[in-house]
Amino acid sequence: MDIPIMSDLAARQESPEILFWVGCAGSFDQRAQKITRAFASILNKVQIKYAILGKEEACTGDPARRAGNEFLFQMMAYQNIQTLNNYGVKKIVTACPHCFNIIKNEYPALGGSYEVIHHTVFLQQLIDEGKVKMKENGSFKGKRITYHDSCYLGRANNIYEAPRKVLEALDIELVEMKHCRSKGMCCGAGGAQMWKEEEKGSVRINIKRTREAIDTGAGIIAAACPYCNTMLTDGLKNQEKENMQVLDIAELIEASME
Amino acid sequence: MNKTICTKHLILALQRSMMQLLLQVIFSIIIIAAIGLFAKRIRDLRKNILSGRDADYSDQPSLRWKNVLLLAFGQKKMFRNPLVAVLHFFVYAGFIIINIEVLEIILDGILGTHRLFAPVLGGFYDFLINAFEILAVLVILSCAIFLIRRNILKIRRFTSKDLNGWPRSDANYILITEIVLMLLFLTMNATDLALQEKGYGHYALNPTSRFFISGSLAPLYASLNEASLAAIERSCWWLHILGILAFMNYLPYSKHLHILFAFPNAYYARLQPKGEMNNMPAVQQEVLYAMHPESAPAEATPPGRFGAKDVFDLSWRNLLDAYSCTECGRCSAACPATTTGKALSPRKIMMATRDRAEDVGKNIRKNGSFVNDDKTLLYDYITVEELRACTTCNACVEECPVSISPLEIILELRRSLVMEESNVPQEWNVMFNNIENNFAPWQFSPDDRDRWKEFTNG
Repeated sequence: MDIPIMSDLAARQESPEILFWVGCAGSFDQRAQKITRAFASILNKVQIKYAILGKEEACTGDPARRAGNEFLFQMMAYQNIQTLNNYGVKKIVTACPHCFNIIKNEYPALGGSYEVIHHTVFLQQLIDEGKVKMKENGSFKGKRITYHDSCYLGRANNIYEAPRKVLEALDIELVEMKHCRSKGMCCGAGGAQMWKEEEKGSVRINIKRTREAIDTGAGIIAAACPYCNTMLTDGLKNQEKENMQVLDIAELIEASME
Repeated sequence: MNKTICTKHLILALQRSMMQLLLQVIFSIIIIAAIGLFAKRIRDLRKNILSGRDADYSDQPSLRWKNVLLLAFGQKKMFRNPLVAVLHFFVYAGFIIINIEVLEIILDGILGTHRLFAPVLGGFYDFLINAFEILAVLVILSCAIFLIRRNILKIRRFTSKDLNGWPRSDANYILITEIVLMLLFLTMNATDLALQEKGYGHYALNPTSRFFISGSLAPLYASLNEASLAAIERSCWWLHILGILAFMNYLPYSKHLHILFAFPNAYYARLQPKGEMNNMPAVQQEVLYAMHPESAPAEATPPGRFGAKDVFDLSWRNLLDAYSCTECGRCSAACPATTTGKALSPRKIMMATRDRAEDVGKNIRKNGSFVNDDKTLLYDYITVEELRACTTCNACVEECPVSISPLEIILELRRSLVMEESNVPQEWNVMFNNIENNFAPWQFSPDDRDRWKEFTNG
């Protein structure tokens, strides 16, 4: 794919309108890479002047901070803020709610203030502005889809409606799980849980949440976070639901846009 | 002969007024003692809370007052479950509003009057008492439903092991006491009416209108003689006010303290987005010095303790949170860890923090200053396993009707575990190392970070 890199633009004395912050999952996780490519392909199609940091991007420090390692977080934040400020970045879009939250809410106190947008909000804007148009007969039209609220998008930042509005643009049948919006249930990955075995209990969090999604009768779980995506995909595997899948909102749009 | 009767009457009247005066004195002493005891306990609570770390929460006062109005007075969060919210509102309104009646009772007690406000307020008095009585009935009904929810319907957040022992009894005592107090109030009014109708003594001299509720109860007492009725009326009057004073002093030792602390807690509530973790400027500074050694002062003082190991390291608001918790368990009912059988329960985090603050407070009052008791909040009150189970999803914070953040405490304790004690699960150490060396939580080369663009979907 043809993806503009920040350092190349800077070498040409150019600056992009928006920086696409890919995040670690989006960069390295094979499943999440597909989401990254889907979103980048949307950016290419609408011809927005954007760039990624490429090899200069580093972990925001979110899992380290939530696990309790403030030193490591501060080191990562320092490094990233240096990079972002050196390039004079003003606006950032990201497909990861954890990166979104930490850059938006926690970097300003450390000297990194940017306009940060989650990709679901960005997509909603593109749809509202008519820059993204849906195909007449999109492949998801009329399909029953349920949306899983990411904690770091929902409760953490009060973003509940944008992802739903984007889904509605697909002309699908949006169904809600037993716990949704501010009552949405965590997928089990937040707070650095992604990187360790779950504590002992009666059932895994992702299994419990996946069962709620299965109960809606939806064929697709729409997610807006690469970690939720992993957890729910694992949940579907565990529940042997081969006829269901988890797709990111960017993937749904990319497949349905003109 | 006449003279003797006159003297007898005089002596009797004198005795009666002496008796009345004695009661007034006793009543006044009880009131002063009750208020004094209560004030002492509140002072101690204040000290316990301020044993937490200093922090400034005085910014954005207009938003804070708005929170007091919406969250504390308006009980906005309670309305996430409208039926329970309405019942709770009855009890809350009943309790606050009926206290206007308590003012009259106290003045009557001190001055030796009977229904002091009745002649002053006239028709409005009848309106008020009618309103109080209706509220009293609503309080009784609501408390009865709450008792059923707790003890018969066995709603999960009430049957949880968090509440085993004292906390479960505490909740029931509060509900039963409220029912009893309201029944005493209604019985008092009903017997008062019965006595008025019989034209007895000062009751007849201070007639009120026939209140809606007590008026329909009064006929139940019509068959009793005047002396028994007066005895019941006085007993109810005394038991009602003594009960209220006792309850007032029970309050600050009980979970029920939320009826007072919900207000300051709403004022001092967190205003940042829920996703934002508190910064640690000391660590930020350390990292800056590490990156720019030339900027570090020659004699740098090492930063204090990292994170929280005990209540002293938590902010005073965290401790106010702990004392404001009424153990309703909405947090734990929403917690993905609690509901999947993990050791973590956000409600228990708050109860443990309060228990520790209490123990520390007792220790300080006994010894003048804190004497090491070989215990800390971390480990002795809250276990590592509980802390490790949190996904930081903010469900507990979202649910809490009185703006408590169990998450802030959990994250501060985690900081202490990792930075003070290097108490880290092996997998997290791997993740830390990866971030440090590969700039990603997994072991991938930073050079491969943009390799995704070399492939296509499909």
